[in-house]
Amino acid sequence: MSLQKPLMRGLLAKRLRFHVPIAFALSLLAAVGWKYGVTEPRKQAYADFYKYYDATKEFTSMREAGVFESVRPTGE
Amino acid sequence: MLATRALRLLGKRAISTSVCLRGGHGVAKIEAYTLPAYFDRRENPLPDICYVQDLSAEQVSLKEKEHGSWAALSNEEKVALYRISFKQSFAEMGEATAEWKTVIGGVLFVVGFTGLIVLWQRTFVYGPVPHTFDPEWKAKELQRMLDMRMNPVEGLAAKWDSENKQWKK
Repeated sequence: MSLQKPLMRGLLAKRLRFHVPIAFALSLLAAVGWKYGVTEPRKQAYADFYKYYDATKEFTSMREAGVFESVRPTGE
Repeated sequence: MLATRALRLLGKRAISTSVCLRGGHGVAKIEAYTLPAYFDRRENPLPDICYVQDLSAEQVSLKEKEHGSWAALSNEEKVALYRISFKQSFAEMGEATAEWKTVIGGVLFVVGFTGLIVLWQRTFVYGPVPHTFDPEWKAKELQRMLDMRMNPVEGLAAKWDSENKQWKK
């Protein structure tokens, strides 16, 4: 009826040796995933938007819709 | 030997209040919650009292036998002595219980009941919503948002095709 002596030392070190590499890998994965899943498409979306953006045309159509207070539509 | 002696002292319920007779008042009633209690916790391996307080005749004789050499005790007797002092072993303490089912069930039940209360409130307590929630008003709001090009790169106005006056496919 004698049990094996349980582990008394190095418990934290053992846990860290196991979990820290996993944590590192997951964090790296999250960062890489965010970069290529979110930031790169976002940069591309902005680039595409401003490639053929005509500010004057946009301003005119917004003015005609009546959303500005400084300039009213050309009719009034 | 010393350990059994010490355990015996710890085993009996310690009456810590002394008899104090003052001006006709008697002894204060000892409340159960003020006395040392037994509980199975990992962080408190030796509880203040034994689990079994009232020993049967068999257990009394076993305790007497404990005074002698422990090598004379059989394995069943050792286990019986253990069970007198403790309710659950450390292994039993750590076992998973089915308590989580009760907890989840209780939580869901209470959330459901809360939902009923909220429904009743919506019907009988609150007045009508403001006129700004009418569909026509909401349509005008949306038109204004598109006119002022809200979030034109990735958001709302980005999905609107202003030439054809419809949502982009």
